[in-house]
Amino acid sequence: MNMSDMILPSVRNVPPSGIRKFFDLVNEMKDAISLSIGEPDFVTPWNVRESGIYSLEKGRTHYSPNAGFIELREEICRYQERKYGLKYSSKDEVIVTVGGSEGIDIALRALAGPGDEVIIPEPCFVAYKPCTVFAGATPVVINLSAENDFRLTPELLERAITDKTKVLILPFPNNPTGAVMTETDLRKIVDVLKDRDIVVISDEIYSELTYEGKHVSIASFSEMKEKTLVINGFSKAFAMTGWRLGYCCGHKDLIAAMYKIHQYAIMCSPTTAQYAGIEALRNSDEDVGEMVAEYNRRRRIMVDGYRKAGLECFEPLGAFYVFPCIKSTGLSSSEFSERLLMEEKVAVVPGTAFGECGEGFVRSCYASSMENIVEAMKRIQRFVKKYKK
Amino acid sequence: MEEILEILEKNNKISEEQIAVMLNKSVEEVRQAIKEYEEKNVIVGYNTLINWEKTNKEFVTALIEVKVTPQRGQGFDKVAERIYRYPEVKACYLMSGGFDLTVIVEGKTMKEVALFVAEKLSPLDSVLSTATHFVLKKYKDKGTIFEDDHVDDREAVVL
Repeated sequence: MNMSDMILPSVRNVPPSGIRKFFDLVNEMKDAISLSIGEPDFVTPWNVRESGIYSLEKGRTHYSPNAGFIELREEICRYQERKYGLKYSSKDEVIVTVGGSEGIDIALRALAGPGDEVIIPEPCFVAYKPCTVFAGATPVVINLSAENDFRLTPELLERAITDKTKVLILPFPNNPTGAVMTETDLRKIVDVLKDRDIVVISDEIYSELTYEGKHVSIASFSEMKEKTLVINGFSKAFAMTGWRLGYCCGHKDLIAAMYKIHQYAIMCSPTTAQYAGIEALRNSDEDVGEMVAEYNRRRRIMVDGYRKAGLECFEPLGAFYVFPCIKSTGLSSSEFSERLLMEEKVAVVPGTAFGECGEGFVRSCYASSMENIVEAMKRIQRFVKKYKK
Repeated sequence: MEEILEILEKNNKISEEQIAVMLNKSVEEVRQAIKEYEEKNVIVGYNTLINWEKTNKEFVTALIEVKVTPQRGQGFDKVAERIYRYPEVKACYLMSGGFDLTVIVEGKTMKEVALFVAEKLSPLDSVLSTATHFVLKKYKDKGTIFEDDHVDDREAVVL
């Protein structure tokens, strides 16, 4: 038996994430400054870690209810209301997942299948397209552009919608661009969607990391509340990536459907992580505030650094990424990234890892210490000077 | 502009230019603000945190609990001043609770500190009693862990 023939074409044909060759190179270069890591450099706040440890000391090592502990779901509802004005019932409108990633997967599996189209604005996080394909549905890509500050416009959305459109993925604040959608931007999108049967999967995992004004969820528009699935989690806001804890809030029928997949495929999210998550939602405002203030300072240093290097760089107002345009160096995204790594030992990610329209850009993450960022920007300025015409 | 203070408290080697970028202010605004903080004694000094244990310099630190009688009209301030004027005293705080002043004293040897307490501190008229505790090891000071073994063990690329 040839095993690779046994693999479904839909799985076989999905390329492994990103640009393998470049990633192998980064992995080998141990002494490089990494601006290529899309997760917080902060460690989970101590009170949160301590809650996890305490739950282990108490012997709380069993399964939780499939949808997650009710205390955690109640805290999630309180948090969503307190932060974004969204009201959900902890009983049947919330499900706790294994990171936001599981939410993306089970939402797409519950909603989209053969014949359905899923609209995905790129550049974006790498999981939406493969998960759509694994679900058997067809991804329809919208290419966002720097001219619009990488925001989704109603015109672009209108053009992508067909009678097969089932889902729109709305990934803001955005990885890799750092773009956000303001209330005004969202209003225009709502006008396109309000009379259509399209479900919005709003991936708001970076919702705590905004730097001018608070995050606004599309679910806060009354026309959209029922049609929107909000995906959020603990990884970015509370620096809890390794705990694998996320959640989804939405219409109870959708949550019930996702619950079925989750129940049979996953059982429940890690119990230890859930206990830590309760503490995170209850008592971390100050820690989160300090992390956001520090990210903001680093963000400004990095944007300033790219601009001083002579690269165009739109102002990212969310997440922890800067997405400078490197076209003026005459290099492609991959060439730029490879040579920067070899010649100056700084790792950034080629924009093309996040969609074809990422060509001409690189993702530069400021979840790294200020000293690292300052040193990296010096090196990048030296590097760009060499190539810029 | 108080964020300037938070930044400088953690790292005073950072340049005015960098602070200006971080806070989206002009360099002149930052320079002016720092100058004002210095003039108003909001910024009272710039110190460096040193782990002396890693050097050859030998000295001991003691925390002394001091009970005093406050003086009429001047409260604790006068007696505190008598104490903190000694160069051996590195820090002096007025406390609530079981005693009045915390006095941090440094000396070359335990004997030197003991002599300071016996000959200088205790004989002061207002001092009723002292209790001296020697510091054996500093784990963390000014919010900084001295032997932080944290390493960045994140994957090299995370998308």
